Amino acid sequence: MKPAAFDWHAPTLLAEALALKAGHGEAARFLAGGQSLVPAMNFRVAQPAVLIDLNRVAVLDHLGFEEDGTLAIGALCRYRRLERDAEVARRLPLLAEALAEVAHPQIRTRGTLGGNLCHADPASEMPAVMLALEARLVLRRAGGIRQVAAAEFFLGPLATALAEDEMLAEIRIPPLPPGSGTAFLEVARRRGDYAMMGVAVVLRRGPDGRCDLARIALCSAGPTPMAAPRAAAALLGQALEPAAFAAAAALAVQEIAPMGSVQASPAYQRHLAGVLLPRALARAAERAA
Amino acid sequence: MKITLRVNGTDHVREVEPRLLLSDFLRHEIGLTGTHVGCEHGVCGACTILWDGEPARACLAFAVQAEGHEIRTVESLSPGPGRLDALQQAFQDSHALQCGYCTPGILMTLTAFLAENPHPDEAAVREALSGNLCRCTGYQHIVDAVLRVAAA
Ligand SMILES: Cc1cc2nc3c(=O)[nH]c(=O)nc-3n(C[C@H](O)[C@H](O)[C@H](O)COP(=O)(O)OP(=O)(O)OC[C@H]3O[C@@H](n4cnc5c(N)ncnc54)[C@H](O)[C@@H]3O)c2cc1C
Ligand code: FES
Ligand code: FES
Repeated sequence: MKPAAFDWHAPTLLAEALALKAGHGEAARFLAGGQSLVPAMNFRVAQPAVLIDLNRVAVLDHLGFEEDGTLAIGALCRYRRLERDAEVARRLPLLAEALAEVAHPQIRTRGTLGGNLCHADPASEMPAVMLALEARLVLRRAGGIRQVAAAEFFLGPLATALAEDEMLAEIRIPPLPPGSGTAFLEVARRRGDYAMMGVAVVLRRGPDGRCDLARIALCSAGPTPMAAPRAAAALLGQALEPAAFAAAAALAVQEIAPMGSVQASPAYQRHLAGVLLPRALARAAERAA
Repeated sequence: MKITLRVNGTDHVREVEPRLLLSDFLRHEIGLTGTHVGCEHGVCGACTILWDGEPARACLAFAVQAEGHEIRTVESLSPGPGRLDALQQAFQDSHALQCGYCTPGILMTLTAFLAENPHPDEAAVREALSGNLCRCTGYQHIVDAVLRVAAA
């Protein structure tokens, strides 16, 4: 189908984009890569009266590590640029590993991480990865700025903490704790499809050889990306071995709340989480120093 | 509004509504009907074009957004009237198309892919094709065609 008519604004300045949003409020949507919004408009599920196209706001298109090791990703940074960045792959291998599972190359040419997070699809890989990496999101409005943790940003399917006049301006990923290992695994029907279940884990071995840091996040596992804090806590102080991984997975399966999809029932999604988590934990443990 | 789009190296000036999809601009405004339209939600890949050299869905961008960018469509592949480029020739030789509906999008996807990976293995080719649906060939002959070009 064809989209309904709209007024198109393509500002070049961030302040202009924010002023337009403040002026039009809910009637206006930001347009980033368009890879979620345009399909919705073509189906007329979305009929915004005003589109504020961010593609010419050059200041939003940045990517780089800061002095303290934080990775700052501008809201307009495309998946493609992220996946090709050798430093990102070296310092944040979890991000690189999961990016390869997001959609197809043709979608990643234009799609942005920022737009993906704002879309807040609970089946989406990146929101779960942001939880596992403890990312912080910089939200701007005309004359204001605030930061929220990824864990506070996702409120439900397609629902976020963004206020009506706010934009996601930057994603900030702190450095991985030294010595940690990470892994991302998913099951999808075909390469590039949304995951029926996906798991992101971060693990570290302490000086005594036992686990002293663990984070677990899952996608397609509930109304938002889901953390599994009880499962992660159960790993602390344990030897990084199959018995501990199985015990943690058994807890995580209880903590998640999969909603099912056309492809997978909630019971099957839980089953997949129980299979994927021990594998991902073992892989992360191998990669940990 | 009035826009100038550079498609296959030629500037086209047209008066369009902002809601006009790039795929419809190519087909209906400038008559380049090689770019096919299957699903209009990014899934089938028939509308794949090159946007500044990178493969992208023409159905998921508005024509007004393409101003200032280089767009290439399947019509740009042929080196001259009645002639095929190496990939197109390999498609013909390997019987890599039947109805041909998916072919333009697949050719554009693979043109970008081969520019970046001139000698891929079979797994990489299959992965590169994951964003293009073909209802006829079962993909095997398409994979054969790519491997044939890669070996040449
Ligand atoms: C065929 C296909 C397969 C896909 N497969 C997957 C997959 O396997 N996994 C996956 O995770 N995703 C998948 N996607 C979705 C893809 O990841 C989208 O690109 C992404 O979700 C949206 O990013 P975008 O830049 O294109 O955002 P847009 O589509 O431009 O915007 C998405 C939403 O965010 C809002 N928005 C955008 N930028 C901002 C901002 N800076 N501040 C505030 N609001 C903003 C928009 O108003 C809109 O509501 C797929 C898409 C397609 C078409
Ligand atoms: S028509 Fe664009 S992907 Fe199907
Ligand atoms: S040849 Fe018919 S869809 Fe591919």
